[in-house]
Amino acid sequence: MKRCALLLLALPLLGSQAIVIRDATVLTVTKGTFRGSILIRDGKIVEAGEKILVPEGARIIEAAGEYVMPGIIDCHSHIAADSINEGAVAVSSMVGIEDVLNPDDPDIYRALAGGVTTASILHGSANPIGGKCQVIKMRWGKDAQGLIFQGAPPGIKFALGENVKRSGSPGGGFGASPGLRYPASRMGVEDVIREALTEARAYQQEWRDYQAKVDRHEAAIPPRRDLKLEPLVEVLEGKRYVHAHCYRADEILMLLRVSDDFGFEIRTLQHVLEGYKVAKEIAAHGVGASTFSDWWAYKAEAYDAIPYNAAILVRKGVLVSLNSDDAELMRHLNTEAAKAMKYGGLSETEALSLITINPAKQLGIDQRVGSIEPGKDADLTIYDKHPLSNYAKVEKVLIDGELYFDREKDIEERPAREARKKALIDKEKSQEKKDRKKPETADEKKGEEPGGLE
Amino acid sequence: MKPLIAILLAAASFAYAQTNGAIALRGARIVTVSGAVLDNGTVLLRNGLIEAVGTNLDLPKDAWVIDSHGCTIYPGLIDALSTVGLPETPAASRRETPATPRPGGQDLPVPVEQGPEFRPFTTTWVRAADLLDPTEHRIETTRSAGFTSVVAFPSTGIFAGEGAFLNLSGEKQGRMVVASPVGQYVTFATHGFGTYPGSLMGAIAYVRQLSLDADYYQVALRAYQSHPAGQKRPNYDRAVEGLLESPRLLLPADDAKQIDRMIRFAAELKRPAVLYGGHQAYQIADLVAKSSTPLLINLKWPEKPKDADPDAEETLRTLELRDRAPSSPAALEKAGAHFAFYSGGTPAQDVRKAVKRAIDAGLSESAAVRALTLSAAEIYGVADRVGSIQPGKIANLLIVKGDLFDEKSKIQYIFIDGVKYEPAPEAAPSGARSGRGTPGGEE
Repeated sequence: MKRCALLLLALPLLGSQAIVIRDATVLTVTKGTFRGSILIRDGKIVEAGEKILVPEGARIIEAAGEYVMPGIIDCHSHIAADSINEGAVAVSSMVGIEDVLNPDDPDIYRALAGGVTTASILHGSANPIGGKCQVIKMRWGKDAQGLIFQGAPPGIKFALGENVKRSGSPGGGFGASPGLRYPASRMGVEDVIREALTEARAYQQEWRDYQAKVDRHEAAIPPRRDLKLEPLVEVLEGKRYVHAHCYRADEILMLLRVSDDFGFEIRTLQHVLEGYKVAKEIAAHGVGASTFSDWWAYKAEAYDAIPYNAAILVRKGVLVSLNSDDAELMRHLNTEAAKAMKYGGLSETEALSLITINPAKQLGIDQRVGSIEPGKDADLTIYDKHPLSNYAKVEKVLIDGELYFDREKDIEERPAREARKKALIDKEKSQEKKDRKKPETADEKKGEEPGGLE
Repeated sequence: MKPLIAILLAAASFAYAQTNGAIALRGARIVTVSGAVLDNGTVLLRNGLIEAVGTNLDLPKDAWVIDSHGCTIYPGLIDALSTVGLPETPAASRRETPATPRPGGQDLPVPVEQGPEFRPFTTTWVRAADLLDPTEHRIETTRSAGFTSVVAFPSTGIFAGEGAFLNLSGEKQGRMVVASPVGQYVTFATHGFGTYPGSLMGAIAYVRQLSLDADYYQVALRAYQSHPAGQKRPNYDRAVEGLLESPRLLLPADDAKQIDRMIRFAAELKRPAVLYGGHQAYQIADLVAKSSTPLLINLKWPEKPKDADPDAEETLRTLELRDRAPSSPAALEKAGAHFAFYSGGTPAQDVRKAVKRAIDAGLSESAAVRALTLSAAEIYGVADRVGSIQPGKIANLLIVKGDLFDEKSKIQYIFIDGVKYEPAPEAAPSGARSGRGTPGGEE
């Protein structure tokens, strides 16, 4: 019965009942800012305006004095997965985050509490060509399939520089791997990428030849499927986005040359801390940049980073986003965006774009999310103050029109959770006590019944 | 020759005389599992098989009648996933190691071969039936706890090898094997940055690739065999051969997200699969039932770590898992899922206690017995010969004074292939002991 009651409470949000967020300051990001309301139905934004008609029976979320913005999108995260790095090989394109999504990771809920609704979960940076990425929504409480952002274009991680070459040095870098893994230099990194793509081309040709034979009705058996090369063929054919971890200007230019030579596009450069040095070249290639606000000097290749990076790249015409790469930083990406106003003088809307519509474009999901517009998914974050203020707290987060985070409710539920925890601990302790007593009685019985089975 | 005879005698010394005639266990409560429970019934055994079971049997004149009033007869218990009978240090997995030291005397490992036919941590072709050692010391303790059979698997590596359904008669290797191979044991054991695969997603990708390679192998071989002349010969691949001859994959799945993940993975591979682990199945029982993927439940229930920091706070999730894991079988029963039990490192004599916890958490006794007998036989495709008390099946029986799940009940004897064994005296150390019976007259 109890379960039934809970279900009934949840239903109004799930069904086709309309929801209205009333009387808030609405930061649409793409269509200006106004004081008004948002009408949601079937998980989509139906209308957003200063005056909207509230349908009868609509569920009202009173938001007077509060601020609504599109749910934050993090273009680079490593939460919600049971493994991140497949580090023993230089090319690990056969692995993918989708296989190891972990819907139980509490960082999903923490990200929600920081206003994040969507993130791209990337493979680690131990390999020149890493594993496949997965775009997810923070649908806390759903299973692994329920996290997946259906329809988001597939992606793959590339990585350049120190992490990659250190993974190949004895006693250094990740896990102090005992084996020497090629590459151990930036030259080697380029070589590994070119080699893998060349291999992928040959593999692509193998399948084309096979298809040609089939078309001519000749006898042929299909080539062996190679899970390492399949995603790289997709890269060459423009069907899979490349998100490339990089730091230095020289390696950024290297990768742009490689992409020119092989005729594919890099979708985003990740971190790209020296991007400001080659902003013109990045812009000319139409490549996106996803960077940190002011995080630097944590290794040699991050020494030349400057907090103006995002703003300079924006001014040079690059599509820029700010990412977290970190479960903690992920919870205050709004503050990160605000820093781009201090360093480089971006406008409020430009700053908010860095964590909403821009990453949505970079991930190819801007038709669905990233701004408050009719027809888009109702992924919304409600703050008590302006989200670009340090003092802003997330009040509520909706994904597909469903309430996934409610600060008030969370605080309300804490005592019950603590009580449940205490009850379980007490139960275990009393059981332990009982078990400790037991052996005595068992011994007594043994006396009566020698050889009795326990 | 003499030592060999001595070993054989010792190993078989617990076996009672097996007459070529019939044995009748009369007057017992009989839990047939496949049919109704019979009060005051009789089971008639002959030549290692169950000849008849009923309440009003005409006993043949030659039958050796054992009065079993006050006893309950069950099908012999089956440990659905075990290493009993196999040497405790199985053949190491074939990880490629450098053949020659590096020049200059440096002791650096050579980079591992990563080509398409790289088969790390793979011994698909190793068979439990071939590794079997009838003198392995756990055979007797396991049998003494009421198990007539185990499903034993090699356990090292990602593809560890092929399992066998074994009768714990502890006599001749060949007689012990009821069926082989019955499955391929898969783990996601990984080795960090040392060699591929070094992560869970790497191991999953590798299993997927080998499965695809097996599909390709069959197609290529078939094409070649239909017209060998003028065609390039496909390479022989023992790793693929081992996978292809395994009738099902055993995939690890302990918590809810792993169960969900492996149900989808098995469907993707299009290979019959059995999941093992199942501690958080209480959360996801309906999905297990809907998938009709069998689940083997580990009877080693999660415990508080013995050396845990007493001040460290445990999460509600961890506490809940420990509290609710034993309710998984009940949830699966209610959902109509197919499940069996395995000891999972629980000492054989504690298995009944572990099952009792599941019963206390809501599992019916009949479902508990079934999960220890017929369900395991069904999952491995041997229910036509073991798992219940039915005419024609192998005479694997467990005779208990009282009820199986009553802590005070004693195991009277065990029949395996119609041969009677008594449980080893409790306090006795394991190993061969002098028995009261005469060696079995088998063959």
